[in-house]
Amino acid sequence: MAFWASQSLNSLALGGLLFMLAAGFSLIFGLMRVANLAHGALFMLGAYVGLASVQAGLNFWLAALLAALAVGVVGGLIERFLLRRLQGRTLPQVLLTLGLAFIIADACLMVWGGDPMRLPPPEELRGAVRLGDLAFPRYRLFVMGASCAIGIGLWLLIERTRIGAMIRAAVDDMQMARAIGISASALFSAVFCLGAALAGLGGVLGGPILSVYPGLDADMLPLALLVVILGGAGSLLGAFIGAYLIGFVYTFGQALVPDLAYVILFLPMVAVLAIAPNGLFGRRLS
Amino acid sequence: MRRFIPFMIALGLVALLPLVSPSDFYINLASQAAIAALMALGLNILVGYAGLTSLGHAAFPGIAAYLVAWLSTRGGLGPGPAAVLAVAGTFLVAGLFGLLALRATGLGFVMITMALCQIVWGGAYRWTSLTGGDNGLSGVPRPFGDMLTPTTFLWLCLIVLAVAIIQIGRFAESPLGVALRGTRDQPRRMSALGYDVWRIRFVAWLVAASWGAVAGLLYAWYHQFVSPHMLAVTASAEVLLMVVAGGAGTLAGPLLGAALVVLLKNLASIWIDRWVMLLGATFVFIVLIMPDGLAPGLMHLRERFRKRMASPTIAPPLAGQERIDG
Repeated sequence: MAFWASQSLNSLALGGLLFMLAAGFSLIFGLMRVANLAHGALFMLGAYVGLASVQAGLNFWLAALLAALAVGVVGGLIERFLLRRLQGRTLPQVLLTLGLAFIIADACLMVWGGDPMRLPPPEELRGAVRLGDLAFPRYRLFVMGASCAIGIGLWLLIERTRIGAMIRAAVDDMQMARAIGISASALFSAVFCLGAALAGLGGVLGGPILSVYPGLDADMLPLALLVVILGGAGSLLGAFIGAYLIGFVYTFGQALVPDLAYVILFLPMVAVLAIAPNGLFGRRLS
Repeated sequence: MRRFIPFMIALGLVALLPLVSPSDFYINLASQAAIAALMALGLNILVGYAGLTSLGHAAFPGIAAYLVAWLSTRGGLGPGPAAVLAVAGTFLVAGLFGLLALRATGLGFVMITMALCQIVWGGAYRWTSLTGGDNGLSGVPRPFGDMLTPTTFLWLCLIVLAVAIIQIGRFAESPLGVALRGTRDQPRRMSALGYDVWRIRFVAWLVAASWGAVAGLLYAWYHQFVSPHMLAVTASAEVLLMVVAGGAGTLAGPLLGAALVVLLKNLASIWIDRWVMLLGATFVFIVLIMPDGLAPGLMHLRERFRKRMASPTIAPPLAGQERIDG
């Protein structure tokens, strides 16, 4: 019982982190038709910036804010100065983000070295909540709640605000959206910044759980890709359900059959692709 | 067959390298380049002729190398039977992967192939009892016993590469190859004309995977060691860089690209030890400066030069071709 409860909580925490990563990826994909392969590297960059800020004496929350902002700015620069030159050309854009992913990852290795480092959780979230015989680490509960809050916030942003309406219009029909005066250029930059900032924030919040190490990017990106393949690209709900599904499969896989934790991820992928090649909630993937 | 003559001359010249090389270093470098070229030629079938960009091509050499290594060390088979079983096994896995990956095209295909390769990597890395984990499997026995010196190994690689060039060159010009390029440019029209687009792509996928498997065998025999590194994202990205840098959809491009990437990687590891950064920077450079790759890029330059000689007007910039639609 304790095993199942604690592993379920771990799954929910990992699912929450994956949602923060995949939501940004999926938004960018849906709007701009860019598969941002640098997303895992941005997640890791966020984690390292957060870690460096905490080590410099900043409190955890400020560090998280700073990391999200910094990674958002990096994302904005990438969009403005590099991706924009290749607008509408899908393959070169993928290759560009892949190249940037390698550059960012190697730069992190250069600056912060190769040793795994732990990001301490904030004071007020240390320890565990006791419920009868079961102990739940507070921080993981917080991560789960934070991801749900972010999910609701994003949903409100997209479904209930003017900017969200503009994003939905541009996703549905870019040319028509431009014709009625929506500035796609500004929208692209905003969404890319937002997606990158979410990845950066996810990195900081993930730090205390996953710890921070070179290769974090290569561990997280495939999971985010799987989330998007399962949930469907461009769908917030898809990212949410996909993230928690992968969170559960991966966490329980690691606990029950550690040798095959990765290989088990194959199963949901096979099942979903067999039934719905565009993901559970996706439109056409290509 | 006449169009293969320049390739055969080039390979023949590389085969003479041991006569002038002062040490085994350059001979081994040429062997590495030949193995890399084999992988790149295979991937080029997908990227260049089928218009399907795969970011998981390292899965095939990786699976074949692991299979041959495991079968000939722990499985107790000789190198020959192990090699046959390894290629057959890779072929079967490729069939299964193809069923999944070809559910999508374009960016979906990129993401699925990348995820598949990562799953294989995870298996190799984590399933320690079977694969040796991060330490990999070492002591892979080579075929032909003592006959394989660095020189004869290079010759073996070059012979296999020559066969691959001829097979892939003929495949590209065959009716099937022409239909494949049709599915790249106009999948809907090809479908309307009665071609089974999915089946054509599946055949191309299997051919690409098979040459990947052969490259994996040579890789395992060359290093006599396999590790999860050959399945990492960087490994797939290197092969893709060879194809894109050299020029996708040409026969010479992947060969040129493979030679360049192998040279660059070895030089980088000697002097700066920042290969991943250099790999990333090269991607960015190629995409922004030379999107069509070296082989077509050089040809464009030549044409532009000729035109400029003929008339003083400046030729218009050539737009990069966009080939990624459903």
